Order: sequence, then C-alpha cells, then structure tokens
Amino acid sequence: MMPRLVDEFTSPTFEYQLLAPMLIVFGGAIVGVLIEAFAPRGPRRRIQLALGLLTLVVAFVALLAVTRPDLGDVAAAGTVAIDGPAVFLQGAILILAFLSFLLFVERGVDSAGDAFTPSGATIPGSAAERELVAAGVSQTEVWPLALFSVGGMMLFVAANDLLTFFVALEVMSLPLYLLVGLARRRRLLSQEAALKYFLLGSFSSAFLLFGSAMLFGYSGSISFAGIYDSLSSGVGLDPLLLIGTGMVAIGLFFKVGAVPFHSWVPDVYQGAPTPVTAFMAAATKVAAFGAMLRIFYVALGDYEWNWRPMFWVVTILTIVVGSILAITQTDIKRMLAYSSVAQAGFILTGVTAASDAGLSSTMFYLAAYGFATIGAFALVMLVRDGTSEATHLSRWAGLGRRSPIIAGVLSLFLLSFAGIPLTSGFIGKFLVFEAAVDGGATPLVIVGAIFSAVAAFFYVRVIVLMYFSDPPDDAPAIALPGSATTLAVAVCAAGTLALGVVPGPVIDLAQEAAAFIR
Amino acid sequence: MNDFPVLSILGLLPFAAAVVVAFLPHGRELLAKQIALVVSLVMLGLTVAMAISFEPNAAEPFQFVEKTPWIEKFGISYALGVDGIALVLIAMAVSLAPVVILAGWNDADDNERHRPQTYFALLLALLGTIVFVFAATDLFLFYVAFEVMLVPVYFLIGMFGRGQRTYAAVKFLLYSLFGGLLLLAALIGLYVVSVQELGTGTFDWTLLAGMPIDADTQKILFAGFFFAFAVKAPMVPVHTWLPDAAASATPATSTLLVGVLDKVATFAMLRLVIPIFPDASEWAAPFVVTLAVISIVYGALVAIGQTDMYRLIAYTSVSHFGFIILGIFAFTEIGGSGSVVYMVAHGLSTAALFLVAGFLVRRRGSSLIPSFGGVQRVAPLLAGFFLLAGLSSLAMPGLASFVGELTVLIGSYQRWPVAAGIAVIGIVLSSLYVLIMYQRVAQGPETENVKGMRDAVPREVVVFAPILALTLAVGIFPKPLFDVVNPAIERTFSFLQVAPVEPEVPATDGAMTEGGENS
Repeated sequence: MMPRLVDEFTSPTFEYQLLAPMLIVFGGAIVGVLIEAFAPRGPRRRIQLALGLLTLVVAFVALLAVTRPDLGDVAAAGTVAIDGPAVFLQGAILILAFLSFLLFVERGVDSAGDAFTPSGATIPGSAAERELVAAGVSQTEVWPLALFSVGGMMLFVAANDLLTFFVALEVMSLPLYLLVGLARRRRLLSQEAALKYFLLGSFSSAFLLFGSAMLFGYSGSISFAGIYDSLSSGVGLDPLLLIGTGMVAIGLFFKVGAVPFHSWVPDVYQGAPTPVTAFMAAATKVAAFGAMLRIFYVALGDYEWNWRPMFWVVTILTIVVGSILAITQTDIKRMLAYSSVAQAGFILTGVTAASDAGLSSTMFYLAAYGFATIGAFALVMLVRDGTSEATHLSRWAGLGRRSPIIAGVLSLFLLSFAGIPLTSGFIGKFLVFEAAVDGGATPLVIVGAIFSAVAAFFYVRVIVLMYFSDPPDDAPAIALPGSATTLAVAVCAAGTLALGVVPGPVIDLAQEAAAFIR
Repeated sequence: MNDFPVLSILGLLPFAAAVVVAFLPHGRELLAKQIALVVSLVMLGLTVAMAISFEPNAAEPFQFVEKTPWIEKFGISYALGVDGIALVLIAMAVSLAPVVILAGWNDADDNERHRPQTYFALLLALLGTIVFVFAATDLFLFYVAFEVMLVPVYFLIGMFGRGQRTYAAVKFLLYSLFGGLLLLAALIGLYVVSVQELGTGTFDWTLLAGMPIDADTQKILFAGFFFAFAVKAPMVPVHTWLPDAAASATPATSTLLVGVLDKVATFAMLRLVIPIFPDASEWAAPFVVTLAVISIVYGALVAIGQTDMYRLIAYTSVSHFGFIILGIFAFTEIGGSGSVVYMVAHGLSTAALFLVAGFLVRRRGSSLIPSFGGVQRVAPLLAGFFLLAGLSSLAMPGLASFVGELTVLIGSYQRWPVAAGIAVIGIVLSSLYVLIMYQRVAQGPETENVKGMRDAVPREVVVFAPILALTLAVGIFPKPLFDVVNPAIERTFSFLQVAPVEPEVPATDGAMTEGGENS
C-alpha cells in the first residue's frame, strides 16, 4: 500500500469581502490592460482615466464596508491581515492615489498634452517621437500601471507573511520603475532616473528577500505570527535572526528613503514626471512605512531591544543628512526630495517608539505628510519655462507678487513641512515626538527639534524667494491648472489646514486603528 | 459678563478682519486702513469693559474663563482666561494697537511690491495671536499662538521692511523657531510627566502648576522652556536677532515686536516657568540673574555706541529686558509686580521711541543719527516728542518706567544686592544713550540735513498723545496697576519654596529703616 504523502487537501478559504478593496484595484488594473489591447485609440484615454478614478472610488467604498470597530481578521489562509492599521493605511493610500491620479489627468499646463511621453519606447528626440507628439497620442498605459502599483501598496501594508510581503513589494515597485521613465519633457533625465531606481530597487529587493530567507531559516515559519512565536521561545542573539532583521530593514529603509539608503531619492524625484513623483512621495511612503511597522511591530515585536538601536542610528542620520543636504539644493524638486528624506527621519522617530502611540502617530504623520506633498508637487507642475517646468529655485523669485494664490498655497505646504502650528505638519511632529519621548527616545526628539529648525531654513528660503525677491526679467509662465489639478490642490490644502486645526477626529481614528493582530 | 466669550471675540475678531482686509481689491487701500483702525478701537473698547469688570482679588486664578475640548486624546483644550498680569499685558497691547495702526498709516503706500491691504491684514493677524498667547491657559494653545505669531512678524519684516529685510526676517524666524522647537520638546516632556503624575496627560495650566516633578527632570524641562523665552526676550547672548529685526522692520512692526511680542517671554517666565518648575527656577536663579545683569549693562553699553536709531532703541530694550527678568527672578512680590509694571512701561516707552524715530526717519529717509542735527529748530514739536520718549525710556521720575525700574531694583536688592547694585549702572548708562542721541539728532544749529523738515502733522500728534497720557498716568498713579497685578504675582510666587525676604531692618538701629520705606 502506498503511503499517503500529503494529508487530504483542503482548499484555502478566501474571505472575499475583506479582500474586496484590493481585488477591485487589481481587477481595475487588469481591465485597464484589456482596454489597452482592445479599445480604439481615440476614446482610450477617457476610458482609462474614468476607469482608474472609478476603481479607486469603488475600492474605497468597499474598504468602508470592511471597517468595523473590532476589526482584526486574517484572510486568504493567513497570508493577509485585515486589521486596524491595514485598513487605515489602505484608506490613506487610496485617497492619496486618487489625488495623484487627478494630477495624471492634467493636460492643460503643457501645450503638448499630459505629463507623459507619447511612447516610452521611442528614442528621445527621434522622428518617431515627433510624429507621435504631433498626432497627440498619449501613453494610456500609465493608468493600469499605476493601479497595479496601488494594489501592491495596499497588499504591502496588509501582508502577513514573508512571501506575500515580498510579492507585494514587487507588485508595488515594478510599475513605478516604468512610470518614472515616462516623462514627456527631459526624457533622458527621466530614463536615467528610471534605470537608477530600477537597479538600486532590485538591489534592495534582493536584500529584503535574503533577509526574509534568514528569518525563515531562524524561525522555520514564513508567517509573521510564526516568527513572533519562535522569538518568544528561542534564544535572542541568533546570527540568522540578527542578519535577517538587518537585511529586511535595509530593504525597507531603501523604500522609505532613509539615510544611508537615500541616494536614489533626489535623482528619481527630479527625473520622474511630476505627477508620478507626487504619487511616489506620498503613497509609496505610506506603503513602505506601513509594511515596516507591521514587520517590526508584529513579527519582531518582542525583539525591539535588538532592532531599536539600529533605528536610532538611522533616524538620526536621516534627519541630519536630509536636512543639511536640502539646504544646498537649487532645484525645487530635488529640494523637496531631500525634504522627504528629512521627513522620513521624523516619521522614523515615531516608528522607533515601538508602542501603540508610535504606531498611531506614524500613521497620522503619513497621512498628513501625503496631502502636503501631493499639493506641493502639483504646484511645481504649474510654474513653467517654455515647455518644461521651471524647477530652478531662482526661477521662483517674486512668485508671490505675480501669482499670490499659488505662492500662498505653496507657503502653506512649506510651513506644514516646517511644522508651524495650525498646519498638519505640526500636529504630526507633535504626535511622533510625544510617542518617542513616551517610548524613552528623548535624545531623538531633541535631535529632531534642533534639525526641524535647520529644515525650516530651506522651506523658509523658498518663501523668501517668492515673497521678498523681485521676479526675474524673463519670469516663467504660470500655467492655469485644469479643474482636476485645482481640485487636488484644494483638497490637499484643505486637508493640511483641517488636520492642523481640528486634528481630533483623525487622531482618534488612528488611535482606534492602532492595534495589529498577530 | 462672565458667560460672554469676550477673550475669544477679542482674539478672533482681528483674524476675521485680517481675512476681509487681505482680500479687498486694489483701490480700496483706505478702506483697509479704516477697517483695521475700527477693529483695533473695538478691541480697545472690549478690553476696557473687561478691565472694569475684572476682580483683582477673586479666589480663582483666572477670570473670563472659556474652555472647550480641542484634542481630547491629549488633554488639549481651547482654554482661555486672564489673571491680573495677562489682563494688564493684553490691555497694553490693545491700547497700542490703534496707535500703531495710525502710525503705520502710510507705511505701505510707497511699497511697489506689496499692497497696504497685506500690511494691515498682517498687523491684525499679529494682534489676534498676541491676544491668544496672553490669554491661553492651556499650554498647547499657548505654544500654538507662540509659534503662529512668528508668521505675520516674519512677513511684516520681510515684505515691508527696508535695508537687509530678508536677512533680518529669516534670522528672526530661525532664532525663534530654534527656541520654539526646543520648547516643543520640553512641552512634550512635560506632558509625558503629567501622564505619570496625574494619570491622564494634560496641558491644562491649572493642573500642571505645582505638579510634583522630580528635581532632575525639572531642570531639563526648565532648560527647554527657559532657552526659548531667553531667545524671545531677548537676553544676551541670544539677542542678536533683535537689532537686525528692529533696524529693518517698519516702526509699527518694531513697536509690536519689541514692545509687545517680546513681553510674551517675560510673561511666560511668570506664568509657566516659575509655577511649573519652581525648584528648578530657584536652582537656576543665580545663573539667570547673572545673565540679566549682563544684559542690562551690555545692552546699555552697546546702545551708546550705535549710530542707527532703530538699532539703538533695540539695544536699550535688551538692557530693559534685563531689568524685567531681574525683577522676576528676585522672587519677591515687589520685584515681580515691579517687573510687570516695567513691562507695561517699557511697552509704552519703546512704542514712543520707535514711532517718533519713525516719523523722523520717514522725513529724512535715513535712520542714521549723524544724518540729523538741529531738528529742534525746524520741528520743535517733533523734537519735543522725541525728548519725552527718550525721558520715558531713561526712567524719568513721574513717567512710567521710573515706577517699574525703582520697584524692580527695590525688589531685587532684597534678594540679590550685588546684582541690583550693578544694575544701577544700567540706569546711569540709559541717560547717556538717550541724551547723546537726542543731542545729536535734535540739538545744536540747524544742519543742511534737516532743512525744511516738516513739524509733526495732526496724525502724528494723535499717535503720540495717548502714549504720553498713559505713560504719565502709570508714572504718577500706578496704584491701580499694582492692585491688579499684586494678587497674581502673589499666586505665582506661592509655588516657590523660598522664604519671602523681609527688608533687613535691625530692630535696634532706627536710622537704617529709612532705606526700606520706599515701598
């Protein structure tokens, strides 16, 4: 008699309702691919953008249906956790993605069309490219690509085992590599950025994968709960565990742009089409920090005495280096990129707290930061020299007089980054600092406070330029934004103010959501 | 009256007006100015009504109390209320408001970059934050007002200033932000302590004042708070932003900045630092008093050497803030009350000096002292104003500063006789810098520089008259002021462990008693 090699196969259960938001986004992306294949070129762009925005809205509605007070389930045979942080961060990703998608729609500021090249495959400056531009073709693949990326982000913050975690990371990142290379203007810069991002990103993925393998080797389990269990029973300082933790951290530090894994950030932010930069800076950051929180708070939750020192060092480095390098920048997109590095440091302050307060404050900061970031990049799209964006800071001189509304709103976002009260940035800083002091990381807070003042210098410098300097003789043109961009900027500004003046409801929401399941 | 949210209205009205004024179209500059003036007068009326119904000897610490939860999870509320000190300072700020608006009536007219609408909107917004910062009884709300206050001042200096306005504005902002962010870190530390001590975290002053905090923590948190306020006050050696700011800002801005805004720091030392960190305050007092005395003497010495009127006035303020802080850290009732009265007096004298100097500078187009000379001959009224303002600054008996300086010295002599002795040098030097400036600007033969200079116009008389009237009123009859301030000072120092110092009066030696009778 043949021995039975496996037990009877039981089919895994899929909690479709809990997974619905992600399934809707992935479904939308696949439909988008089909549209690329079958829809005629004429209406294709309209169909794609309607589908993209609609998908996000429907997914958000489905997410609301999932939400309930005692939330905390695993789905898809334990590979996905649908708990408070997952739903909060998925909601944030959907909202931020929707706002960035509104920027994808914009085609009024560039005389030739939207921010994307008609065909990424053509050689920059070639006859083929000119032909396509003349025909008014637009690269509609950006929509399904972006949707896939959004789906990956949503899965990334909910992934409950190492394999799902890695798959989600790749689903999120691969479309981004492509999107970065699709800028309509300065295509060589854009392609260079895409290649850099791809190479360094793959490298960091390798780190992450190798680290995951070591964690599996240590614990014999790929599920976060299993790793947690093995930690509570095993000895603390196993080299496999230490190296695995470090390598997973490197992969995640790369994704959030923490020093010393930040060198891709300025190049990629500068080269990517600005709507994609906004999308990456806001939504990717949420996803990467969400995943970082989950793996370090859930899988390595009882191991904090071993990973916190590493976080201390990286946090301080990130804040210091990000703030100082931002001062030397002369390009507004690069300045915002270094600013996002510094901001990643402030967010890491919250992560380092390793407490529920750390979790909720980090989530609040991510949401608050996302709004201001998308708003700031949206405004960068509007100040243009001839055909491309006027990103050199000197070109922004005197903007306050020529276009008081744009300068005023940008000042609001910059003051929020600088952490001036009555803006969301201040409340975010207050929350992460509070969590850090409470969690015994007071020196981090002092470094954070001192370098907030350093960081304020380069934010304020832009305000100085806009308001206190005279505009250059050949001042750049201020493009009139279309209704979609206007809506996005208005929502971002309103969000930045509202989260600064009446942050109570969102703080409550973040605190109620701040409970991981294992 | 007590259910009527008078403080909220006082604080929010200028903000609402600022929004309206900022969006007035081109060509409505006059309307913008009129709205600003009317709003400031309404605020003055409200403050007078508030002062009349204020009861100095009430049992509860604050009156006109309002409290609404703001961020409940962190025990943060929108809580307002005034004690005698806050009331007096709000009254000073609000009395200066219409004066400043009138004085700055034409400040922005010839600015080709920015509109007068913006100027007056920023002034109004600044007034609103000033009310909130003095009226907040929740530390978080205080901090918010303390930081938001920087934004209008920054734009006022950078947009409407002259000379190195950009440099001055950024320097001002960065100094203040640096102090402010350390304050934030300390504030968060205080909150965490309150979670441990009280069970639930809070930012409510009434719960935090007198809360037991262990000695080491107190010292650290004290350092964070005190540093922020030392930058703001400003004390030597973190004062260097002030002369630059004052030299670049319009006189109206400087008046509000130096005369009112910087009082927030000394106010906060009384309101926050001493009641919340009493042990650390006593521990640090010798150090603080030393810095205060250095500020007094150094500020006065450097003032003598200045050739720019605005910078000179700024340095006199550094010296005067030394007196105020000396009075506070004397921990005697007379010193504390004296420092509050001195805050008011300094507000009035600085306003007079900056505004009259502003009139002169506007006529001459330069703020350098050597570019004047013999103003008295061509513009006797204006020169008279300038002299009176200067006398008020050097603490001429009969004028407000005299009362403040005298009581501060009496109060501090009781605890720090040596420091008080050195501080007297500051008084001597003050007559030097004021009189030398007046002599060079106004006396002597009429020079080419001032030929044809117009004497004071009616608007300028209207600006100066109320300041002079208030200066005289406080100088001659300061009792009402002391009556309002004393109970609050008594409450402030009740948190301290130090024994009240009695003037040393040897019972046998009758001849010695005379010296202690001034109070």
